[in-house]
Amino acid sequence: MKGYQAGTYDVIVVGAGHAGVEAGLASARMGAKTLMLTISLEGVAFMPCNPSVGGPAKGVVVREIDALGGEMGHNIDKTYIQMRMLNTRKGPAVRALRAQADKQLYQRAMKKTIEDTENLTLRQGMVERLIVEDGVCRGVVVATGAEYRAKAVVLTTGVYLKGKIIIGELQYESGPNNMQASVSLSEHLKELGFDLVRFKTGTPPRVNGRTIDYSKTEIQPGDEEPLAFSYDTKEFIKDQIPCWLTYTNDETHKIINENLDRSPIYSGAIVGTGPRYCPSIETKIVRFSDKSRHQLFLEPEGKETKEVYVDGLSTSMPEEIQRKMLATIPGLEQVEMMRPGYAIEYDAMVPTQLWPSLETKKIEGLFTAGQINGTSGYEEAAGQGLMGGINAARKALGKEPVILDRAQAYIGVLIDDLVTKGTKEPYRLLTSRAEYRLLLRHDNADLRLTELGHKIGLIREERYQRFLVKKQLIEQERTRLAVTTVKPSEEAAELLEQRGAAPIYEPLKADRLLKRPELNYHDVASLLPDNGTAVPDDVGEQVEIQVKYEGYINKQLQQVEKMKRMEKKKIPQDLDYSVIDGIATEARQKLDKVRPISVGQASRVSGVNPSDIAILLVYLEQGKLARKTG
Amino acid sequence: MIELYCEDTIAAISTPVGEGAISIVRLSGPEAIQAADRLFAGKRTLSEVPSHTMHYGRIVDPGTGRTIEEAMVSVMKKPKTFTREDVVEINCHGGLTSVNRVLELVLDQNVRLAEPGEFTKRAFLNGRIDLSQAEAVMDLIRAKTDQAMDVAIGQVEGTLSRLIHQLRQQLLDILAAVEVNIDYPEYDDAEVVTGRLLRDRSIAVRKQVDHVLSTARQGKILREGLSTAIIGRPNVGKSSLLNHLIHENRAIVTDVPGTTRDIIEDYVNIHGIPLKLIDTAGIRETEDTVEKIGVERSRTALKKADLVLLLINYHEELTEGDRQLFTLIGETPAIIILNKTDLSGGVSIDAVEKLAAGRQIVRISLLNEQGIPELEESIASLFFKNGVTQNEEAYVSNTRHIALLKKARSAISDAIEAADQGLPVDMAQIDIKRTWDILGEIVGDTVSDSLINELFSKFCLGK
Repeated sequence: MKGYQAGTYDVIVVGAGHAGVEAGLASARMGAKTLMLTISLEGVAFMPCNPSVGGPAKGVVVREIDALGGEMGHNIDKTYIQMRMLNTRKGPAVRALRAQADKQLYQRAMKKTIEDTENLTLRQGMVERLIVEDGVCRGVVVATGAEYRAKAVVLTTGVYLKGKIIIGELQYESGPNNMQASVSLSEHLKELGFDLVRFKTGTPPRVNGRTIDYSKTEIQPGDEEPLAFSYDTKEFIKDQIPCWLTYTNDETHKIINENLDRSPIYSGAIVGTGPRYCPSIETKIVRFSDKSRHQLFLEPEGKETKEVYVDGLSTSMPEEIQRKMLATIPGLEQVEMMRPGYAIEYDAMVPTQLWPSLETKKIEGLFTAGQINGTSGYEEAAGQGLMGGINAARKALGKEPVILDRAQAYIGVLIDDLVTKGTKEPYRLLTSRAEYRLLLRHDNADLRLTELGHKIGLIREERYQRFLVKKQLIEQERTRLAVTTVKPSEEAAELLEQRGAAPIYEPLKADRLLKRPELNYHDVASLLPDNGTAVPDDVGEQVEIQVKYEGYINKQLQQVEKMKRMEKKKIPQDLDYSVIDGIATEARQKLDKVRPISVGQASRVSGVNPSDIAILLVYLEQGKLARKTG
Repeated sequence: MIELYCEDTIAAISTPVGEGAISIVRLSGPEAIQAADRLFAGKRTLSEVPSHTMHYGRIVDPGTGRTIEEAMVSVMKKPKTFTREDVVEINCHGGLTSVNRVLELVLDQNVRLAEPGEFTKRAFLNGRIDLSQAEAVMDLIRAKTDQAMDVAIGQVEGTLSRLIHQLRQQLLDILAAVEVNIDYPEYDDAEVVTGRLLRDRSIAVRKQVDHVLSTARQGKILREGLSTAIIGRPNVGKSSLLNHLIHENRAIVTDVPGTTRDIIEDYVNIHGIPLKLIDTAGIRETEDTVEKIGVERSRTALKKADLVLLLINYHEELTEGDRQLFTLIGETPAIIILNKTDLSGGVSIDAVEKLAAGRQIVRISLLNEQGIPELEESIASLFFKNGVTQNEEAYVSNTRHIALLKKARSAISDAIEAADQGLPVDMAQIDIKRTWDILGEIVGDTVSDSLINELFSKFCLGK
C-alpha cells in the first residue's frame, strides 16, 4: 500500500465505542485538535450486548463521567426507554440508576454530538500500525495508506483485536456483531513488545417481540418519577417501555446438558478467559446444577424495533440448540429468534503495563482505554475513555496527567485496580471493590468531581456556577439545622407519632432530630420556622445524607486522610528496585513490573508486604537524606 | 492499612521477655503521655512533670480501679528522645503476667501495639538515626518482621486458628449476602439481609469473640503459670503447704535446705494449671518483728500474684496480722485456708467468713495430710469453672491477639449498634467488613479479593 501524509493532530483516538467517544469528545472539548478513527461509522457508540446503561457501581460511574464533563449521561438521558433507581430501600451509598437504552437512538444521538463538536474529526478507517519513533508514539497508519501524525494516541479497540466469534461448531474472525475484526494492530502491538491476553465474553440471542407471549411473564416497569443521569438534564422521557421477567426450567436445562459436548466452552474450542460475573447459561447450569431455574429478563432493544434481548441467556451453543432452548421458556414457546447468541474472543492488554494516567510505560504518548485494558461493560469503558482522552489531550498540551484516587471516584478505583493488580478475567466494577463506597455515592458525584471537571476545562462556566450555588445552599442549610432548635409542640408531636418516632420532651437541635431513622429532611424542615427559601430537593437530599450518616462518613474520611498521605509519597519512575536489599524477591519483581508511582499504590500491589513497604520507605528517605547531605 | 507514618501512638514491651528483674513497657507517639496518664496514679499527673524525669506511682486499671502494678514511670518529651516523639517508659518489676497486663491496659488507650522494629523505624524516619545506620534499620525491620510474623502466626494454635477462620467464614457469609443484595438487586435467589438478620448474626459473632476473649486470661495462665502467693502469719504452715504442693505435684524443687530464700518460685501443676508458687517462707523471724516482717513480705509477694492462698491458723484466734492480710489481698482472687484442723478450733469461723467475703474457705491439716485434694480442686475451679478443657477451647495468650480481638469486638459492636439505630444494612456492612479484616490479621490472611470470590462461587450471578 502506498502511504500518504493525511494530516497532523494533537490527539488521535482509535475506535469509537464507549471508550473512544468519551476520549475523542473530551480531548476535542479541551481544545486539542482530535481525530477519531473507527473501522465502521456504523459502530459509533454501538451496544453489542445488553441494551442498558448503569446499575450498581456502573451507574455511579456514569454520574462521575457526567460530573467530569463526559457524554454518556447526557446521551442516555436523551435515548432511554425506561429508567429505574435501584436499591432504594438500602442506604444512599449503594443507590444507583439503571436505564434501558434505545440502542439505535443511542448511537445516532452520540454520533450527532460528535459530528457537531468543534476540533473533532470522525473518520472511517482501520488503523494497522502505530508510528513509533525513539520510544514515542507519533501517529498511526491506516489500511488505506493514510498516515496521521499526532502528539498522543489513544487506543480504544474494544473486542476488535483479533476478535473471533464462536457459535457452537462455527467460528470466524469478527468484531462484535459481525463487524470487521482488527488483526494487524494486534500483531503490531506484540511486535512493539506488549503483553496481550486472550479474553472472552458473550451475548444472548435476540428474539422478535411480536412472537412473545407476554401474558406468561411478569412486567418490570420503569419508575414513575422523573430520573436522570446527567446533572444537566431537565427534560424527561415520559412514555416508558417495560421489561418482562421469565425463567428457564428443567426442560431448558435438560437440552443444555444433553448438548454440552457441542458447547465450545466445554469442548475446548474457547481458550479465552470469560468473566465470572457474566457467565453463559451453560456455565450457570453446570456450576449451579442444583438451581431449578434462572431468571431471564426480556429487554426491548428500542422503540423502532421489535428486537428483544434475552438477558440471562448468554450462550455460545450451536444455533440449533439455542432455538430449542428458547422454545422451552414460558412466553417464548413460539418465539422467532432473530440473531443467535455468540461468544467472542479477543486480545487485550495486560493493564499493569500502564501508568495510572493510562499511558503505556513502554511507549510514551500511547494511551489505551476501555475493553482493550481487560474490562467489560460500557460504563467501565466510558470511564477509562474519558480519562484516557483527558490525559492524552493534556499530554499534547504539555500538562500533567489527571489521576483520580480511590476515594474520589469509582473510575479511580477501576483504573487503580487495573494498573496495580492487573486482572485475570474481564474486569467488572462492583461496589465491593471500593473501600470508601460511602463516599463514592450516586448522589454526590457532582460534589466530588465538578470542581475538577471545571478546572480541566470540561465543565462549562454556567454549569459550574450552578454547582457552586448548590454547594453553598447545602452548607447554609446544614448550618441552619445545626443552630436551629425544634421545640416540643403539638405539631411536632403529631408528626413524630405519624412517623413512628419517639416524642421529644425537650428542645432539640434540628440536625439531631434528622439523625433519627424515621425522619427525612422534609419532616424536619417542616418543623422549622420558615426562613423564606425552600431549598431544592437535591440540596435537601444532600443535607439529609450528610447529617444522617455523619458518623460513618467521618470514619471513612479519616481512613482517606491516611490513604492520601501514602499517595502523596511519590516514588521516582526510574527507581532501581534491585538495589534495595531488604525487599523480598517476589515483592521486588512485582514492584519492578508495576512501577507504582506512589508508596500508596505500591502497598496495593499483590505480593508486597507491609515490611517491604517499610523498607521501601526507609530507602526513599535515605535517598532524600543522601541528596541533602551529598 | 499499613501504618507508615508516625501519626499514632505505639507501645510494646521493650525489654527481652522473661529476662531481667525489670520489664519496661515503652510508649511512643503524640498521645504517649496522655495515654499513660490515664493509667497512672501518682503524686502528679504525667502531663505536669518536667521532661526526662522519673516518677513513682501505681498503674491502675481504669475499668476496675484495681492496682495492677507499682511502677517507676519515666517521661521524656520530644524531640530529645530515641524516636524524637514523646516517650513514656513504665518500669514494672512484677512478673511477666503483670507486665503483659500493663501493656494490655495501655493498648486499650487508643494505642497500637508496635510492629517489630517500629521504634527504630520511627527513630530513623524522624531523622534520629543517620544515613550510615539506614541499612541496619532495613535489616532489622526485615529480620524482626519475618521472625515476629512467623512467631505470631505460629502462636495461633490449631483451635484458635480454627475458631477465627470459622468466625471469618460467618462474617464472609453475611458480607457476601449483603453484597449480592447490593450489586444484583434483582437476583431473586439470595436471602435478603435485613437489619434484624444482620444484627442477630453479628450478636452471635460477638458472643463468640467474647468467649475467646474470656479465655484470654486462662490462656495466659496456661502459658505463663498462675502466680500464686502463699501468705500467712509465721508458723501457720506456709512452707509445709508449699512443700506439699510441690511434693504432690512433682514440680522441680529448687529448695536448698538451710539456705535463706528471699522468695522462691516453683512451678507445680494442679489439674492442668501451672502454678508458679511465690513463697514467703524461709524468713528468719525474730520474736518481736515477726508480725511486721510477715506482713511486709506478704505485701511484696502479693504484687505479683494472680492467686493468693491465705493461711489462717485454725487453732488460734484471729490476730491483727491476719486481719491486715485480708485487707492486703484486695481484689486478687484468693482462697482462705484454715490449717491445723487436727488441733482444736480456736478461730472464730464467723469472723473468718465475714472477712472472706464470699471467697472459698478450705479446711486442711497439713500434718495429717487432709484436705489437700479439696484445696487443689478449689484452685482449679476458681479459674476454670468446668475444669480444664485445654484441648477443646481456644486460649488466647498473645497480647497482639488480645488487642486485635478487642478491636474486632468493638467493630462488630458498632455493626450491632448501627442495626439497632435503624441505619441501612450497607452501613453496618462497613463495620462487619472491618471486623473481618481485623480477625484476618490474627491469622495472617489479609487478601482482599476473598469476598468477590465468595460472591461468585456462591451465587449464580450475571446476565
